[in-house]
Amino acid sequence: AVVSTQSTGSHCKGVVNGFPLKLSSTQVEVKEVEFNADFITRMLERLEWGALVEAASQLGVADGLPEMVPSSGKEAEEEEDVLRKIHHVLLEVEITEGELECPETGRKFPIKNGIPDMRLNEDE
Amino acid sequence: MKRKQLESLLEDVDRFSNPKISLEQYPTDPHLAANVLYTIQSGYGDIEGRSIVELGTGCGILSIGCVMLGAEHVTALEVDSDAVEDLTENLSEFEIENVDVVQCDITSPSSLFREHCFDTAIMNPPFGTKNNEGIDMEFLDRALCLCRGAVYSFHKTSTRDFITRRMEGMGYHVAVLAEMKFSIPQMYKMHRQREVLVAVDFIRVSRDPT
Repeated sequence: AVVSTQSTGSHCKGVVNGFPLKLSSTQVEVKEVEFNADFITRMLERLEWGALVEAASQLGVADGLPEMVPSSGKEAEEEEDVLRKIHHVLLEVEITEGELECPETGRKFPIKNGIPDMRLNEDE
Repeated sequence: MKRKQLESLLEDVDRFSNPKISLEQYPTDPHLAANVLYTIQSGYGDIEGRSIVELGTGCGILSIGCVMLGAEHVTALEVDSDAVEDLTENLSEFEIENVDVVQCDITSPSSLFREHCFDTAIMNPPFGTKNNEGIDMEFLDRALCLCRGAVYSFHKTSTRDFITRRMEGMGYHVAVLAEMKFSIPQMYKMHRQREVLVAVDFIRVSRDPT
């Protein structure tokens, strides 16, 4: 579910910068997903790093995530370590119950059963 | 995985428990799903190892097929709560862990996702036959926004020229990968025919010429 929270921004009317949504969770599940270094490396260039670290902190899983986007050229071992941590946060930590909050309007989008409901009402 | 194997597995994907005609909800036939997904992967390599977005996921046969063909991750978008429930059950039945479902309205005017988040977009969108004219183009536009690679979609053959001109005008390339007839069930009791045959194109819209 963190993958979708990385990508979703607020689409409330009139919101200029609705990204990133603030994340709060009441229930988190951790599952095991096979690590694919190539995939995570390719994802790196599309991630809003600050938002990822922020979301991970809000979930209490930010340990070991560097402050800045890791760049290639590091020792292969060190790099894999970081990639595995990113893999864990992105693909293995799932918010089963929680909320995403628009940073501008405060509008909350619920997450139930791991699924965020981003539908707006007609007037929004 | 062989195409026949894929088709066989996809036959176990459960259909809509409560289909809504206004949303043009009907299941994608497993034989067709297996064929198109196989074409996407063997012809273009656009599934294996990729991040995929499906628009209007319904019960999820296409998303599930993508996972079986080695997609790294699938984000499944769907507006209808009943369909989301069916989808969730199917994902659970197949023990799939790498599909994230987001309930949202694709036609919502403002953008919900950051642009070009995903590698490939795949969809069987509504055709705009139920007081929702133009919705097929909205789905196509949104799909192009969401992904950085190719969009694979189904559209009425009668709209082929319009779509091609429009997409080429925007700098994209359109390839009609297959032509087929969709048998769309009529769900209203008042309709005389039980099914309607519609000529449909399976298309690939891409940024690069292939």
